[in-house]
Amino acid sequence: MGRRAKNKQGAPEPLEKKTYSTSKKLGKRKADSDSDLDDRATTRPPKKIKDSKAKPRAPDSKPSSKAKGQNKSSVKTAKSIPKSDSDNDFGDGWEDVEGDVDVNDEFSSDEFQGITNNLDDLSEEDDEDYPLRSTTQKFDFDTDEEEEGIQPVLKGNKSKQHERPSKIIPTSSDGSDDFDYDESADEGRVTMANMEARSRALDAKAAAEAELDEEELQGAVARKDEDDDFDMDEADEENDAEPFHLPTAAEREAEKHAGGPDLQVVQRRMRECIRVLGKFKQLAEKDRSRSEYTDQLVADIASYYGYNDFLAEKLSQLFPVAEAVEFFEANEVPRPVTIRTNTLKTRRRDLAQALVNRGVNLEPIGKWTNVGLQVFESSVPIGATPEYLAGHYMLQAASSFLPVIALSPQPNERVLDMASAPGGKTTHIAALLQNTGVVFANDTNKARTKSLTANVHRLGCKNVVVCSYDGREFPKVMGGFDRVLLDAPCSGTGVISKDQSVKVNKSERDFTMLSHLQKQLILCAIDSVNPESKTGGYIVYSTCSVTVDENEAVVDYALRKRPNVKLVETGLSFGREGYTKYRGKIFNPSVSLTRRFYPHVHNMDGFYVAKFKVEKRSKAAATVEEPVTIPEKFVLGEEAAVEQVQEDVGFDSEEDRPYLEEAKRRRMKAKGLRPPPRSKPAHRA
Amino acid sequence: MRPLTEEESKAVFTKLANYIGKNLIHLIDRQDEPYCFRLHKDRVYYVSESSMRLGISVARPNLVSLGTCFGKFSKTGKFKLHVTALDYLAQYAKYKVWIKPNGEMPFLYGNHVVKAHLGRITEDTPEHQGVVVFSMKDIPLGFGVTARSTVDTRKLDPTAIIVFHQAYVSSTVIRFLYSPTPSDVGEYLRDEDTLF
Repeated sequence: MGRRAKNKQGAPEPLEKKTYSTSKKLGKRKADSDSDLDDRATTRPPKKIKDSKAKPRAPDSKPSSKAKGQNKSSVKTAKSIPKSDSDNDFGDGWEDVEGDVDVNDEFSSDEFQGITNNLDDLSEEDDEDYPLRSTTQKFDFDTDEEEEGIQPVLKGNKSKQHERPSKIIPTSSDGSDDFDYDESADEGRVTMANMEARSRALDAKAAAEAELDEEELQGAVARKDEDDDFDMDEADEENDAEPFHLPTAAEREAEKHAGGPDLQVVQRRMRECIRVLGKFKQLAEKDRSRSEYTDQLVADIASYYGYNDFLAEKLSQLFPVAEAVEFFEANEVPRPVTIRTNTLKTRRRDLAQALVNRGVNLEPIGKWTNVGLQVFESSVPIGATPEYLAGHYMLQAASSFLPVIALSPQPNERVLDMASAPGGKTTHIAALLQNTGVVFANDTNKARTKSLTANVHRLGCKNVVVCSYDGREFPKVMGGFDRVLLDAPCSGTGVISKDQSVKVNKSERDFTMLSHLQKQLILCAIDSVNPESKTGGYIVYSTCSVTVDENEAVVDYALRKRPNVKLVETGLSFGREGYTKYRGKIFNPSVSLTRRFYPHVHNMDGFYVAKFKVEKRSKAAATVEEPVTIPEKFVLGEEAAVEQVQEDVGFDSEEDRPYLEEAKRRRMKAKGLRPPPRSKPAHRA
Repeated sequence: MRPLTEEESKAVFTKLANYIGKNLIHLIDRQDEPYCFRLHKDRVYYVSESSMRLGISVARPNLVSLGTCFGKFSKTGKFKLHVTALDYLAQYAKYKVWIKPNGEMPFLYGNHVVKAHLGRITEDTPEHQGVVVFSMKDIPLGFGVTARSTVDTRKLDPTAIIVFHQAYVSSTVIRFLYSPTPSDVGEYLRDEDTLF
């Protein structure tokens, strides 16, 4: 798996092979590195200071920058040093003073163990290598480019990213990984050995590219109506002072016509949008609204990660902006391969031992499950070992353990799995039942029941009845279950890393249809449960989707439609609470008992789990409430109403006609017919 | 789903007796719970009575499987054991063969067991006797028919076949030439389509 993961991670690289078209700075730096390499150490710090100082002024310095255009850079630098000292309290002041040293120190301690004397070359390496880095690393390393303001956000980002993959996906580029330690140190040494040669080669390349850059710069400059290329430093200044200009609608249109923006541009724009949206009051351009920034960000996410616009918007609405990008980023990386021990045939320790002997590198998933194993690397195909064939384990995503753990079936119960293929959860249930009781494994799709049956037999589940019904038929086929698991068919927005086609093939219509189906299914599931059950009476609803209308909305619907069910704790120790409010919709407050799981937080597929308890249908409860409320309403208006009614008892057809006509129009619309234009607008008045 | 007829039961039990002999009684008279054999779409299922009663409410076209599938009746009325019955066969098998780790994969790919791969074998196994094949770690891998008796195997050369992988020469859909009939757990991978 590890090998595959690396390949996958590497994949985004080609996207960024384009050269820098955004910054004039780089072109200049390349040029000057060409001319004088050793000077860098002396020239960089002042520049750094200038950069970082210029940045904070971004919003207001834009108009004045042109006026200052004639200033020489040296003057500027001299001026800026004391200033930066004076306003140290300004967010990133600490970086002004020792920014460079800090950054380099970090690198040397983090990555290039023991190399401290080659700071310049290192930082240069960073600059030059930058376009080749994969997307995740990008966020980590481009600290000395234009990131001062955004630093805090990105640091958080970085630390999280490290927490996550370091355990699961050992990326060789990620130097801070424990077990890659020696390797990366080696790499560092090699780099050091031929650092000189490499950097020289890069410089030569840079020189060649410098001209190209120049041209591109011109283009970039033209976009901003700035043709003051006569002073490079000034241009630099410009670039930093106005780090980010949100394109107007017209500009975006033009960009689209030109064949879409450069990915590098898009990426930078995304970063900047996040930064601006984080501190909107301070950083936003005047007379640009927040929604303009969000729209731009969503559009950029859609183009950068390849989503359709609808889905990009829908998913990014779920999170704060910075987190949304993390989510999209996590969808590019595969989740770890996990297996579940079949406790009917073996124990986890024995299985782990057997697999280790076959050359599989694995480890328990976490404290929350005692049957899961996470596979790091395997020299044999993990789905064809004798142990697999003998049914000692099941290849199963970590997230699909969750609904069964929540369901927690007890021996001798009758359990229904409404949408069960390919049987990972069904066999888990059977294992928890210890082959007692009975499990009904249902799946609509006949073809998929083949693999379901095969898995059930392979894992030695002897209490399973496999059937193929539409789930909505279920209370009719059979009811009286102690527990029902409904792993509903869904859009799969939680498993985009597994199935990239979701990015483009889901439209609004799919979501409406799916949530409709889910609502039908959940009611059927509730009705199939025996509320009188002594040990059970539970339903678990789960989806591998993260959207609210497939999850909380469905759960809320079920709560409204079936007064005898209530949500209970899922029994899962982690996961985020479900939304009780979402974009103007207010759900039942108990929806917070449900659990959401995200790829970027929990490093498992996006998932949602809700657990219901069905209580006895109490007729009293329903009838008590209504008689109390309804008569009261009547009583209030009764005196006035009675008089009116007595005055004119018959129907006033004239008055009713507009309403009737309106109803007729609506009916036609609902049928998909086109109603005739409103003939008499007078009716409306 | 219906109970087996007299003839059908006879066919099934003869076949099973070839592997588990008198232990067959343990399948029918169980201590824990009454179990029964049921026929559904040519396949024979071994299922607890309580499951079977619940399974009755599933309509025939919608019922895919219940309990454990033991095998199927061919169109000519012969009964063939499926590898899905391996759990029970392994539990009650009279004669067993253990194969060495380097013989596991060849066997799972549908080859016969050769002498070089033979780890252990039950004493006094007769010729043409149904045996269950285990790995050295006692994981049941499949079943087959011995080519020679235990005594005879002593004087064979290492490449000689000890256990025929094909327990039955019959008319199943042959998807892989090297796997004439399914009788090892590798079949879960190879023959999933025809198995159920």
